[in-house]
Amino acid sequence: MAAVDTTAEAGTIKAPGRDESAAVAGRDLRLVMLLPGVAAIVSLFVYPFLYGFLLSFQPNVGPALANYTRFFSEPRLFETIGKTLWLSFPITVFNVGLAVPFAFMLRRPSSGQRFLSTVLVIPMTLGTVLVAEGMLLYLAPNGWLNRTLIELGLLDQPVRLIHNYWGVALSQVVIGFPFAFMMMLSYTTGIDPNLARAAATLGAPPASQFRHIYLPLLAPGLAITFCLTFVQAFAVFPSAVLLGAPAGATRVISLAAYEAAFEDFDYSMASTVAMIMGAVQLIIVAAVLGLRNLAYRGPAVGGKG
Amino acid sequence: MMAVLRDRFLTNAWRWFVYGAMAFFVVNVFLIIASVVVSSLGTSWFTGWLPEGYTAKWYGAAWKEFQLYYVLIATVQITLAVVAISLMLGVPAAYVLARIDFRGKRLVLLTFLVPLLVPPITYGIPMATVLYQAGLGGTIWGVILANLVPSVPFVVLVMTPFIEQIDPRLESAARVFGASAFTTFLRILVPLLTPGILAAGILVLIRTISMFELTFLTAGPDSQTLIVALYYSVFAAGVRAQQSIDAMAVMYMVTTMTGLLIALRFVDPSQLVGRVDSKKASAT
Repeated sequence: MAAVDTTAEAGTIKAPGRDESAAVAGRDLRLVMLLPGVAAIVSLFVYPFLYGFLLSFQPNVGPALANYTRFFSEPRLFETIGKTLWLSFPITVFNVGLAVPFAFMLRRPSSGQRFLSTVLVIPMTLGTVLVAEGMLLYLAPNGWLNRTLIELGLLDQPVRLIHNYWGVALSQVVIGFPFAFMMMLSYTTGIDPNLARAAATLGAPPASQFRHIYLPLLAPGLAITFCLTFVQAFAVFPSAVLLGAPAGATRVISLAAYEAAFEDFDYSMASTVAMIMGAVQLIIVAAVLGLRNLAYRGPAVGGKG
Repeated sequence: MMAVLRDRFLTNAWRWFVYGAMAFFVVNVFLIIASVVVSSLGTSWFTGWLPEGYTAKWYGAAWKEFQLYYVLIATVQITLAVVAISLMLGVPAAYVLARIDFRGKRLVLLTFLVPLLVPPITYGIPMATVLYQAGLGGTIWGVILANLVPSVPFVVLVMTPFIEQIDPRLESAARVFGASAFTTFLRILVPLLTPGILAAGILVLIRTISMFELTFLTAGPDSQTLIVALYYSVFAAGVRAQQSIDAMAVMYMVTTMTGLLIALRFVDPSQLVGRVDSKKASAT
């Protein structure tokens, strides 16, 4: 790994805190402090990933690609990709689509902004399991939501929102939207407000300011937020089991990987599913970043004038 | 004139729509959490807006039924070990990345960034496989090692800005007076970095308590944390009384919320996901 490569040439060391004598010797001994952290990540993340990749080509029976052909020939397995995409893609579009106008509206630092970001960080910290348990009660046929809707005369009978697609989708909103909003907020607050002010002087209403000033500058942040929110949603696991129909509509790909590893004890197949899961995530991320490259590239701050 | 009025009306309508949607979201999240708290305190709650009576007995029941004493011991051991180890590995690494330029730095940064971006369940399965083959799967050490993967990079990420704020001349001064690089680090930098180390430590603590996937994949019966025990009890709903599951959920919630409230004293939540200097933005 690169971390072992401690022979930094004297000329490449530019940091102000550099050590003269070490630089003369051609290496900075402080680099040693990097080693334990890098070693941990290499042995617990990089190595298992490579190991899993190789293991997926060593099936219990059959030729090297047997696991992959099995995955794509058994509907029970390959249909998990479609089910997971159907759960993650529309929800990500919804979450990010809602986060952008909200973050735009709260772009100026205020006490309200700080309060909202504090309130929104709470569902993120609670985690999916607790939210799932709460939603099982709140969305149940006799839960508060159905009760309110019936009292208001909006419904005749309770609407079924748990143990199906909608339960998992709603939990993805509760967990995913705050994340998308906080990401977008950090991008909208980073754009120089003078740019919009200049546009306003020339008579642009907020809607046009948003479309012609903010949106092009937000494109990179938007792409990254979309990718991260999507990748998290694609890896949905506990809520798909607890709030969904794990044998039916919400049999997601992570559940297939889990079952292969811990119910069939077929680690080779489990690695195969994990690799396919990673590959699908990678393809979507590459596609989004490719689209982003078509958009504006440039600074997000105005000149001195 | 009409156009200006229309624009102003649309802007205001839009503003109220956004605030309304925000309020709707926050109220629903609050009610989702309140459902759990109310249920855990109710005698029985099948019909009606609220339970028929109130009792605290479910907390005692949950404590016994789910053997929460042992679960809490394991949770404390695992989280404290993860916090200590990830700080010991992460702070020096963050220091090097903040101060020194070297060949392969981009690759090292990437190595630290990728584990934060890949969802735990994706890399968790191959990692659990390796840990089980090393004989560490199902043990407390397996859980601790698994949780280091997102924690060490997280410490690096949180610590880097704190280190960059420290004047490098302080280190140079210490070196002039003959302190070695490591003495300088321990005696000069670590004391100055205490607020940052505290913030990173508390954030790792919360993340580890609420980390479900990695702990779930590597834990054995005696190395479950609270969140994994909660998952299993919700999964097997019907075996135990609903209210005692909710009582356990409340205990979990109180644990994380306490950590969160402490953490919010040190860190601005909007800067946890993306780091932007809000002071600079408002000054311009």
